[in-house]
Amino acid sequence: MSGTAARGSGSSDSDHTRHLLHQMLRVRRLEEQCVELYSAAKIRGFLHVYIGEEAVAAGVMSTLAPDDAVVATYREHGHALLRGVSAGAILAEMYGYVEGCCRGRGGSMHLFDAATRFYGGNAIVAGGLPLAVGLALADKMSGRSRVTACFFGEGAVAEGEFHESLNLAALWQLPVLFCCENNLYAMGTALARSESQTDIALKAASYEIASWSADGMDVLAVEEAARRAVDAVRSGGGPHFLELRTYRFRAHSMFDPERYREKTEVSRWMERDPINTLRKALEDAGQLTEKDWKKIQQDVDAEVKAAVEFAEAGTLEPVEELTRFVYSERRPQ
Amino acid sequence: MKTTYREAMRAAIRDALQRDERVFLMGEDVGAYGGCFAVSLGLFEEFGPERIRDTPLSESGFVGAGIGAALGGMRPIVEIMTVNFSLLALDQLVNNAATLLHMSGGQFNVPLVIRMTTGAGRQLGAQHSHSLEGWYAHIPGLRILTPATLEDARGMLWTALEDPDPVLIFEHGTLYNVAGDLADDAGPVDISTAAVRRPGKDISLITYGGTLPAVLDAATQLAAEGIDAEVLDLRVLRPLDDAAVLGSVARTHRAVVVDEGWRSGSISAELSARITENAFFDLDAPVGRVCSAEVPLPYAKHLELAALPTAERIAAAAREAVGARG
Ligand SMILES: Cc1ncc(C[n+]2csc(CCOP(=O)(O)OP(=O)(O)O)c2C)c(N)n1
Ligand SMILES: [Mg+2]
Repeated sequence: MSGTAARGSGSSDSDHTRHLLHQMLRVRRLEEQCVELYSAAKIRGFLHVYIGEEAVAAGVMSTLAPDDAVVATYREHGHALLRGVSAGAILAEMYGYVEGCCRGRGGSMHLFDAATRFYGGNAIVAGGLPLAVGLALADKMSGRSRVTACFFGEGAVAEGEFHESLNLAALWQLPVLFCCENNLYAMGTALARSESQTDIALKAASYEIASWSADGMDVLAVEEAARRAVDAVRSGGGPHFLELRTYRFRAHSMFDPERYREKTEVSRWMERDPINTLRKALEDAGQLTEKDWKKIQQDVDAEVKAAVEFAEAGTLEPVEELTRFVYSERRPQ
Repeated sequence: MKTTYREAMRAAIRDALQRDERVFLMGEDVGAYGGCFAVSLGLFEEFGPERIRDTPLSESGFVGAGIGAALGGMRPIVEIMTVNFSLLALDQLVNNAATLLHMSGGQFNVPLVIRMTTGAGRQLGAQHSHSLEGWYAHIPGLRILTPATLEDARGMLWTALEDPDPVLIFEHGTLYNVAGDLADDAGPVDISTAAVRRPGKDISLITYGGTLPAVLDAATQLAAEGIDAEVLDLRVLRPLDDAAVLGSVARTHRAVVVDEGWRSGSISAELSARITENAFFDLDAPVGRVCSAEVPLPYAKHLELAALPTAERIAAAAREAVGARG
């Protein structure tokens, strides 16, 4: 099931919260599987996992409608999954197989999916923001009430494209939701070592964009903030900006020896693991039984196992097709 | 109908805006100012600020927004004032416009048209005069057009807008005021072939864009000396019309490539290589080249002229090639 299914109108709050827990666990297990497959050399290239940050994608995605658009970064496996791209198509993509969501042309950093309006998968820091502005411009000019959600790290805030995009979106009052995943590091550069003003929501507000921060380790807080923002954007309130304060538990990529931060810092943040926290809260409220939790885990494990099997059974695109998709195959005349 | 290159371009934009409501023009000063080279003059009043959309100074931002809008179903025409400024948008052009179709395994094409001015000859100095279209022709995924005639100024835009992939149109700054006759019913033209602008049998002068007038002048000078030069206008720098180039060389057995870009690592080098690779045994002389001197374009008129391909230099290169009889 995809995150876009969101909350069914008849379902109770605790059903929905358990659904969010399930969504976060799907991302966690898929990412753990990716790391394992990387170590087994099944996946190559750069691999950036989202472990620790699951609440951000899970919370935001659950507020989007099926015809909204999503633009993300190279740390986007979870976003793609929760947007509705199948785990099998994602893994097959990382295996480089034609059954992958981009026929193996993109890899881990470039997942795309037309059916769910998932526009990547962009490995240029801040490179996706102008695209999101343009997608929203198209919606506004066509009189459609769709939202474009754009995810990026706090590292992007230092790039010119960030500022150009916020200015354009605000100037033209475009239906974009900017989601800054502030995990405090851009590779090894801590936020305070890269920004003169580290209050990112404040920066965004200086563009006359409604902007606030939320606890990115709390999926319910993220969802509430996102719902408020998405509703406002959809009803013509112009761009909104969320700073989602989170933390990545793992290395930046598979090549990162993590010299720039203390182990104790990481373990302090891990005490706030978004999955454990929510699970515990649900258990304490009597809304998650041992059996419920087992069932969620079994479902996720089965999904990931099936995805690996799907990817393992993948096939290589014939080399004769190497130069396809440089130009469109259907041309006028 | 008497018209100018600038007016023909404007007519093409107006025509596109009338034909397809998804089309809009966006860029710096395209609206209230009337376009930095007055190409869009009057369109703001005619079509309004939504469709003739002034942007802030943010080349990367609005080029990227053009890509996004194209992905979202629009048919944007993005104007960048000059090719030098397009360097601020290189990320969007090279990393997004040219790659999305491929990275997405064929799912997301980008039907975007980008127009920009290129070239020297107006004493604008080294930050407004360069010819970097050859650079862009290096990039798979882009289509590069260089309209040099009134017909192409009028006709290439619509075909480019119908193209499913990103098309960059380079308008040489010295061409805007070129005046001439254009058929009343002039309309869309193809954007895949080169065109013989003057048939000849002794030598092929291969060029594009802003240097076409100088090459035609050179051909006239050469004719007076009994050298019958064929002038081939490439029109499209990517993908190159190899068949037209090789066909011309097969007829004339000699070639001089004229390119306002610098010689090193240029589109002229590419053409020379392709001719040598594919038509070596047709050649009676080495392939010649006339390019810009390898300096940032200077301001002083005599120095700028000394740096650029002129009819005299082109004719001299042609004489040398013809003199070198195999
Ligand atoms: C324009 C650009 N510069 C540099 C890089 C190399 N790089 C890849 S990820 C990264 C850090 C980005 O940090 P952030 O935006 O905070 O995202 P996070 O990785 O923390 O999710 C850098 C510098 C890049 N991909 N693009
Ligand atoms: Mg970061």
